[in-house]
Amino acid sequence: MSTFRQLVETRTRPIVTAEFPSIDGGTLDTVKAKLDPILPYVDAINATDNPAAHAHASNVSIAIALKILGADPILQVVCRDKNRIAAQADVVGAALHGVTNLCALTGDDVTAGDEPQARRVFDLDGPQLVRVMDGLRQGRYVSGRKLEPAPDLFVGAVENPFAPPHHYRVERALLKADAGARFLQLQIGYEPDKLAAFASGCVENGVAQRTALLPSICLTKSAKALEFMHDRVPGIVVPDALRRRVALSSDVAEESYQVAFELAQAFLATPGVAGLHVTDFRHDGSLARLVTDLGLSGSASAA
Amino acid sequence: MKLLPLVEDTVKGAVWDCRMCGQCVLHSTGWTCPMTCPKTLRNGPCGGVREDGHCEVKPEMPCIWTKAEKRSHHPLNPGFWGKHFSDLRPPVDNQLRGTASWANLVTGRDREVPEGWEGRTHEELEVPWSSLGEVDDVRALDEGFHTRTEIG
Repeated sequence: MSTFRQLVETRTRPIVTAEFPSIDGGTLDTVKAKLDPILPYVDAINATDNPAAHAHASNVSIAIALKILGADPILQVVCRDKNRIAAQADVVGAALHGVTNLCALTGDDVTAGDEPQARRVFDLDGPQLVRVMDGLRQGRYVSGRKLEPAPDLFVGAVENPFAPPHHYRVERALLKADAGARFLQLQIGYEPDKLAAFASGCVENGVAQRTALLPSICLTKSAKALEFMHDRVPGIVVPDALRRRVALSSDVAEESYQVAFELAQAFLATPGVAGLHVTDFRHDGSLARLVTDLGLSGSASAA
Repeated sequence: MKLLPLVEDTVKGAVWDCRMCGQCVLHSTGWTCPMTCPKTLRNGPCGGVREDGHCEVKPEMPCIWTKAEKRSHHPLNPGFWGKHFSDLRPPVDNQLRGTASWANLVTGRDREVPEGWEGRTHEELEVPWSSLGEVDDVRALDEGFHTRTEIG
């Protein structure tokens, strides 16, 4: 069994997952070059599915590459680009290659990307996709046709504790947990109080105990990056005080790291939280530094 | 368009901006049509809801799920509808698009879901055309081949 899955099930230490950077060209060596610096510090890595509605090397191809290169991949599947037939085929096909961790997302709208003319699919929504994946795990397609042997899937999803309507997000976490999600990677956020309210609701309704909550930390190195996320990415708020703190500091890159580090500490100290998901836009070794500074042992140090 | 769908479209289109999905769930969504969500999400809001409660795709439009949630739990909304708000609604049956949900409600057609969705399985049906490979001459197909694949 994968370390990631074992950790989600046992919670013996905080889990660390990370977003794999998008790949647009090259070979397996290109993937390896981006993987090697982070591999020792994480328990699993997300193979993203056309993030922000931009086309990249596909989720399935990256997940298989990550598997070949020794990582434990999490296959992200978004609802935006594929109907239920294609989504199921991707999951079943990836499982053939040993890719069994899944993460279901609704997905950004096509208008968030560089091809806003594209047709949006959304044949399934996020919670429906979770249930469809759980059905595959139990050995059946959504049609009822049998899948033998049933792939040993480990299903997860996402949620955004930071976007309104806030109290309703707890209900959505429950909906996804009931549909079969065993972990929830949470949207990037900068407000620990909102995360605490969400996590507390998830402890109260029992979700946090059976579904690992993994809030996201975003590693950036400029004031502009925070401004961009605040202004341009719907669902993400970066409080004024934080943006000012970074913009006015003498070492913006270092201050950005400190902001992320403090947030990570606050998130990990939040009851109900099982670990962290890290999105690294710096690619300068900050992920390794963060994991080390937090005293978390990644896959290599645990081995 | 037949008469019943035409009437339904006229009435519900005017009141709820109905998109004629043919499997109406308005009673469980606080009388807010989920098909008016740009992503046609039937089980709650996506992660892109803006801080002011507006839509990620159409910033001028309030997220239909923030509206649905408020209306569903409004004291004036009867509890027997409100309690279904958090149900996991099944994927849309695209075969019903453009048909009258009123008729589908009466016949129960709108509540039919694929077996796998409900946790049931079936033995694999024989799918004759999957083994045909390429067919050069359509006359080689047995009678009723095309009509069988049509939606009943």
